[in-house]
Amino acid sequence: MATAEVSTQKTLKVQRFKPSDNPTNTFLTDEKGVWAWMTTVDHKKIGIMYLVSVAIFFAVGGALAILLRTELLTPAKTFIEADTYNQLFTLHGAIMVFFVLVPSIPAALGNFIMPMQLGAKDVAFPKLNLASFYIYVLGAIFTFIALAKNGLDTGWTFYTPYSTQSTSSVIWITMGVFILGFSSILTGTNFITTIHKMRAPGITWSKLPLNVWALYATSIIQVLATPVLAITVLLLTMEKWLGFGIFDPAIGGDPVLFQHFFWFYSHPAVYIMIVPGFGIISEVISTFSKKTVFGYWAIALSSLAIAFIGFLVWGHHMFTSGQSAVATTVFSFLTFLVGIPTGIKIFNWVTTLYKGSIKMDTPMLYVFIFLFLFSIGGFTGIMLGALSVNIHLHDTYYVVAHFHYVMMGGTLIALLAGLHYWWPKMTGKMYNETLAKISAVLIFVGFNVTFLPQFVMGAQGMPRRYYNYVDQFTSFHQTSTIGSYILGVGFLIILYYLMQSLFKGAKSPANPWNSRGLEWQATSPPDFHNFDHTPVIIHGPYDYHQPMEEFQLGLAVDTNGHDPESAKEIIDEERDQWKNYSLG
Amino acid sequence: MANHSHAHPTHLQHHFVDSDQQFEASKMGMWVFIVNEILFFGGLFCAYIVFRAWYPELFTMAAKELSTVWGAVNTVVLIGSSLTVAMAIRSAQKNQKRGIEINLLITIALACVFLLIKYFEYTHKFHLGIFPGESLYTYEGIDHPLAHVFFSIYYMMTGIHALHIIVGIGLMIWIYIRARRNEFSSEYYTPVEITGLYWHLVDVIWIFLFPLLYLIE
Repeated sequence: MATAEVSTQKTLKVQRFKPSDNPTNTFLTDEKGVWAWMTTVDHKKIGIMYLVSVAIFFAVGGALAILLRTELLTPAKTFIEADTYNQLFTLHGAIMVFFVLVPSIPAALGNFIMPMQLGAKDVAFPKLNLASFYIYVLGAIFTFIALAKNGLDTGWTFYTPYSTQSTSSVIWITMGVFILGFSSILTGTNFITTIHKMRAPGITWSKLPLNVWALYATSIIQVLATPVLAITVLLLTMEKWLGFGIFDPAIGGDPVLFQHFFWFYSHPAVYIMIVPGFGIISEVISTFSKKTVFGYWAIALSSLAIAFIGFLVWGHHMFTSGQSAVATTVFSFLTFLVGIPTGIKIFNWVTTLYKGSIKMDTPMLYVFIFLFLFSIGGFTGIMLGALSVNIHLHDTYYVVAHFHYVMMGGTLIALLAGLHYWWPKMTGKMYNETLAKISAVLIFVGFNVTFLPQFVMGAQGMPRRYYNYVDQFTSFHQTSTIGSYILGVGFLIILYYLMQSLFKGAKSPANPWNSRGLEWQATSPPDFHNFDHTPVIIHGPYDYHQPMEEFQLGLAVDTNGHDPESAKEIIDEERDQWKNYSLG
Repeated sequence: MANHSHAHPTHLQHHFVDSDQQFEASKMGMWVFIVNEILFFGGLFCAYIVFRAWYPELFTMAAKELSTVWGAVNTVVLIGSSLTVAMAIRSAQKNQKRGIEINLLITIALACVFLLIKYFEYTHKFHLGIFPGESLYTYEGIDHPLAHVFFSIYYMMTGIHALHIIVGIGLMIWIYIRARRNEFSSEYYTPVEITGLYWHLVDVIWIFLFPLLYLIE
């Protein structure tokens, strides 16, 4: 176990490995061809396959959203039928939650970046990682079968008794979600083991990048919550298929029990979606402020605190469902508690900016958008957690606006920050910075035009999920629809310049942002084994006051770490020696 | 770690530094997976607790239909198989290759006995008309309107448990074949160890299922 204890006890001989700006061998030049990609166990290729799948699903979910908003241009029917409308909003929700937000950051970016940040060659169980991807694909196939058959009109929450009575393809979708859950569970299991066991020499828990801490907290939630969703949708399937009598009141079940089961997973699932975003924000904000993250432990442990408290607040989705008054009060109080670790994060990020040398590149632009939008999402969440306010706002557009500010303004904007930040690392190409900034501004404007009016009309009483509405809400709905078009244009521009960068983009150096993060000490794109040496870490990942060459160390033996006891000197004693190495 | 400084052992996958790291990682992965499994069954136990709290008389009446004797026999069978799988691991640690094979075969046989008894229990109930779900359930012997709910929970819990037994048998056949190929020794027996861990979990879940379902009348 030459992992964590090294820097204090074992002796390692190190030398500097400066990453080449012109790598000849990368993971893209090894293992070429469609079959090699489909059978690869390389975490980087699997991450990219996830990214492409997530992008496709995002395009589908986004197109559905545009259709929904277009239908809502006029108070009565605009161009689609009411039943079709029900199916569209259900699919928009189910696709965006289960196929985009849950896997987006951990399975796509996390898969690519996390092992590199640990200095590992791969995740602990590479074959399991590939299996997770195919389980995700299988879940997607079930969903498409449901689409081709009768669609789904229950909303993404599958509340009984409607879901057991609906004639749409509920069973196909619940089985799809059941299968998909295992993809999430296995990824979480894989990541927890990887973070515990695969760290390079010198990466102690206090030198773990905050992105890894965030993924660790996420994986814990995935492992603890997703199995409960699996058993819930399995019971629901049985309920619909055989009439089990557990959830359906007509045959002896209890629909509120279903809501408890469902939200026991689905509230923590909200943190599965947002916590990895926090990790990206921590990485980007430090790199573009050229400064140590303020309150490293506060940010790291608040992720775990959110994971823990997140398990105790599910009842706040059921304030109006006939839950006991005592339970409701306790859940309301616990909901307020989640605000504390989240607030700790926001304050520490803002303090990190203080006296930093801030560079407003696209990833950083997205961080500022995130701070603005996510704060609004967080505050409105606290308001919804207050009992008396919730009774008024329950199931209105206020709720819709709130979770879009959190999920889209939070998770998706963080994903965009991470995507732009790591794009040069993943592809070896730079994107068009001007177009990137234009689309960032378009997305910021479009997002607020879409969702700010929804707060107002929600507070005035516009219920969510309705096909028709009274005339007084017309101007709000029309503003919102125009905003969604602006958003759509913003995303199309992103698609355009990212594709363009693949073919015509300027070549990226190994470390275009001058980050101290370990993943930037590999070539762009990285070697098939991430590093052609075993990295050795002596500083924290955000120690910008230390010289760059001290972040480029690796084991001096060329057996790649299989022979650590041949080392001679203790790292701290050796520092002077390798400090004198040639820096060219 | 010191004894691995020669050429790589064949079992060592390329992304691990040494055998110890590979062993520790595999074992930890299985422990995390066991946590998954507990939460998975936890949902069913939760449904059990809720319905038993609401309808205690239903549970005491319906449990009379279950055969305590065969349930007890199955408990002994499973605990015995846990012992033999532990002995298989011990044999691997002591480099006794014949011991691994024999103990695995006994474990597989005991698991099959468990499934056989479960099969007779199920078919007996199907014969009476005790099926899972309100639409199939036709048995008249229990004077309670929600009798089908108890058996829905019963079939779901024991059915998923039986599925785990089948998966376990598959795993043990697979490591038995590998043991025949002389792949395991005191140097490397990770698959034996983690399959054993999984098997103990399946056993422990049954130890909770047996009293909760069979011993409450």
